[in-house]
Amino acid sequence: MWKITYRVHRQKGHEAPHYDTFQVEVDPEEYVLDGVEKIWAFEDRSLTFRHACHHSTCGACGMRVNGVEKLTCITKIKDVTQDGGTLTVEPLRNFPIVSDLVVDLGPLYRKMEAVQAPKVHPLSMAPWEGEDIRPPKEVPAPPEGGEYIRLPDCLECGICISACPVAASDPDYLGPAPLAAIQIQGLDGHPELLALADSQEGVWRCHSAFECSAVCPSNVDPGWRIMDLRKQVATQRLKTIIG
Amino acid sequence: MKADKHNSKGFWDWFNPAGRDVGGWAFILNRISALGLAFYLYLHLFVLGKLAQGPEVFDQFIAAAKSPLYIAGELLVIAAALYHGLNGVRLVLNSFNIGVPRQKQMFYTALALTILGTLVFATRMFAG
Repeated sequence: MWKITYRVHRQKGHEAPHYDTFQVEVDPEEYVLDGVEKIWAFEDRSLTFRHACHHSTCGACGMRVNGVEKLTCITKIKDVTQDGGTLTVEPLRNFPIVSDLVVDLGPLYRKMEAVQAPKVHPLSMAPWEGEDIRPPKEVPAPPEGGEYIRLPDCLECGICISACPVAASDPDYLGPAPLAAIQIQGLDGHPELLALADSQEGVWRCHSAFECSAVCPSNVDPGWRIMDLRKQVATQRLKTIIG
Repeated sequence: MKADKHNSKGFWDWFNPAGRDVGGWAFILNRISALGLAFYLYLHLFVLGKLAQGPEVFDQFIAAAKSPLYIAGELLVIAAALYHGLNGVRLVLNSFNIGVPRQKQMFYTALALTILGTLVFATRMFAG
C-alpha cells in the first residue's frame, strides 16, 4: 500500500476557493476516483464530486489531476504519482463551479442538443477515421438484416472543453465535443448544421492547439474532427459558389 | 448555490503551460511570437520616426544598433518570424485536414527549422 497526499480543491457557492489536504492509504493499482471516495467516506462527508458508472461510460468523473484533465475512474494512481507523493485534484476548467469538484456541465449539454448530437448511431458511422481509431474487424451482420446500432464514443464528459485554451477566453465557442458531433453526422446529410459549424463561434474559432485530442478519454479525437469539419464547410461553400 | 463565473482565467489561460501537450505548446509559442512580432512592428515604426528627426539622430541610433544587445533583439524577431511562419504553414495544412495525425511531428519540424534558421542568422550577424 502507498501513503499519498490528496490536495483537493474546495469551494462552496461564492466562497473563495482553497485546498484541503488528506493523507490517504491506497493501492497503487486503484484509481484516482477511489481515493476521492475514500476521503468522502472516511475523512470529510461534505466533499462533493460527481461519479456514477466507474468504467468510463457515463463521463461524470472528469477532473483535473495534477493539472491535466482526466477521467478519474480510469486513471490509475500509480500513473499520476508515487509512494509518498501528492495528487492535486481540481474541477474542470471553463465551466461554472457548483461545489468543490463539481462543475455545471449544462452549457455543454445545451450545445450538444443544439448540434443534434446523436444518442446512438449505426455501426457504419463508427468514428474510426482519426489517428489510432480503427474499425471493429469483421463484425458479422445482424441475423435479421439491417445494421447494428452503437453508442457514440463521446461521453459528453466536458474534458475537451476544459483543456481547450480557446474555450477559456470564449464561453460561447461551440467547442470540441459539439463540433465533433457535427462532423460525425456529416454536413452532406445534415445541411441544417452548416450555419452552426460555419459561424464565428463554430469551426473557425478553433486555434488548433489539439489539447482536446490529447485529453479525450474516449478516442473521439475532436481535433482531427474539427479539421475535417473545416474541409466539409469549405466544400459546402464551394458548392454554393459553383452552384 | 453555484458560482456563476466560469472556472477559467480567460485570456491568461492561453499562456498557462501547466498540463499542456505538444499542440498546446505550439499554440502558446504561436501566441507569444505573434504578440512579439506585433510589438516589434510598433518598435520599428518608432525607429523609422527617428528619420524625421534628422540624419544625426538616425546615425546615432544605427551606431547603437550594432551593439550585441540589439543584435540579440533582432535575432529574437527573426526567431519569432521563422516560428510563426513555419507553424502557420503547419496550421494551414492541418486546416485542410492534411497531416493532422502527424501534427506533433510537424511542430517539431517547424521548431527545428526555426532553431536552425536562427543559428544561421546568428552566425552571420555576430560575425559581421
